[in-house]
Amino acid sequence: MTQNLSYLKESPSQTAGPYVHIGCTPNFAGIKAYGGDLGATMKTGAVRGQEITLKGAVFDGTGTPLRDAMIEIWQPDAAGLFASANETRGQADPNFTGWGRSAGDPVTGEFTFETVKPGAVPFSDGRMQAPHITVWIVARGINIGLQTRVYFADEPDANAQDPILIRIEHQNRIPTLLADKTGDAQYRFDIHLQGPNETIFFDI
Amino acid sequence: MSDSTQIGGFVPRDRDWQPDALTPPYKTSIKRSPQAALLSFPSTLSEETSPVFGHNLIGKLDNDLIHNYAQAGESAIGPRIIVHGRVLDEMGRPVPGALLEVWQANAGGRYRHKKESYLAALDPNFGGCGRVITSADGTYEFRTIQPGPYPWPNGMNDWRPAHIHFSVFGHGFAQRLITQMYFEGDPHIKLCPIVGALKSAEAVDALTALLDMHRTVPMDSRAYKFDIVLRGRRQTSFENRKEGL
Ligand SMILES: [Fe+3]
Repeated sequence: MTQNLSYLKESPSQTAGPYVHIGCTPNFAGIKAYGGDLGATMKTGAVRGQEITLKGAVFDGTGTPLRDAMIEIWQPDAAGLFASANETRGQADPNFTGWGRSAGDPVTGEFTFETVKPGAVPFSDGRMQAPHITVWIVARGINIGLQTRVYFADEPDANAQDPILIRIEHQNRIPTLLADKTGDAQYRFDIHLQGPNETIFFDI
Repeated sequence: MSDSTQIGGFVPRDRDWQPDALTPPYKTSIKRSPQAALLSFPSTLSEETSPVFGHNLIGKLDNDLIHNYAQAGESAIGPRIIVHGRVLDEMGRPVPGALLEVWQANAGGRYRHKKESYLAALDPNFGGCGRVITSADGTYEFRTIQPGPYPWPNGMNDWRPAHIHFSVFGHGFAQRLITQMYFEGDPHIKLCPIVGALKSAEAVDALTALLDMHRTVPMDSRAYKFDIVLRGRRQTSFENRKEGL
């Protein structure tokens, strides 16, 4: 016999189901609660840096947009600092939460985040990563939340140095991680769960 | 620090334990499951940080689903229960300040949602959502009514076991988790294709709450205990940094 490491097992995930909005965005679901939905606003005052609008939708393997998903994003401020108790490098912009949650449009499934262009943050070995936004997607039919990242198509130099992007074997899939600039301070990031344009999802 | 709030890389998620994306008996997973391998990397600050939710966020009735949607002087119909437990990480450390958001059907198995098609009656005094933040020792509790099982369109005659949905925020975005709590002894547990996405009886047990007579309030509410485990962080001063940094 040996000793036992006696670590606990992470709670197993189960799908968010079709009614995730009751719990996470109740006001969107028609249930007045909490004085408003969490994550509906990322800016609580005048913010530093470039304000941007990020839009997109999540598509299933048939190309149909999901209308029952919940999308969350998490990112640093324009200086690369997180509004987190774990941020030790400095004080993040006090008017920027860094966290957004969207139910998407009930008809088109389109989500919209009014945010700022994120600053760069270091990789685990200290090299700088390209500016990016972490995305987390749950919905009916998704057994465990899917994580991906939004990088920016208009940051080619930073993207070419990014410690994660340069290690991706299938470089032809990198465009699935790039938000396209569609206008002044407007970006689009569509997520494909399956198919020829399947988004790269992370296990990180 | 003895809790899980400090910085450090996350232990990789055990994909042999967590459900796969594609579980065909749960039909909706077929067209919503990625086919390519996930891209694995050690966590970075983007995953090791997380938004902060203070206890001042929580209103007086947020953790009382029996009353938080009810008319004054009234309460939701159904078996009154207290759900309580601890949020820990894989190292067994308590996770204080974790935000739990819960949602559920009413005692008849009916959700308050416009897409709901089950003919069971709505309870005018039950909304079905609540939230709570864990205390310094990682404990939480909320009060609700026991939800009913309900039918759902998958197979011709599939019924969900009674369950409460949980969304959990720990201290790193990498810990983000949504899951469901089941009730001990429910015969629908082993028939359900969503529960069936779990890979082992041990995983089903990890989501099945036990009746807890120690926390029952006589002549008021029964209690169920449900512990939640989030991904753990390494605790080491030997972090991976370039030489000289
Ligand atoms: Fe449900």
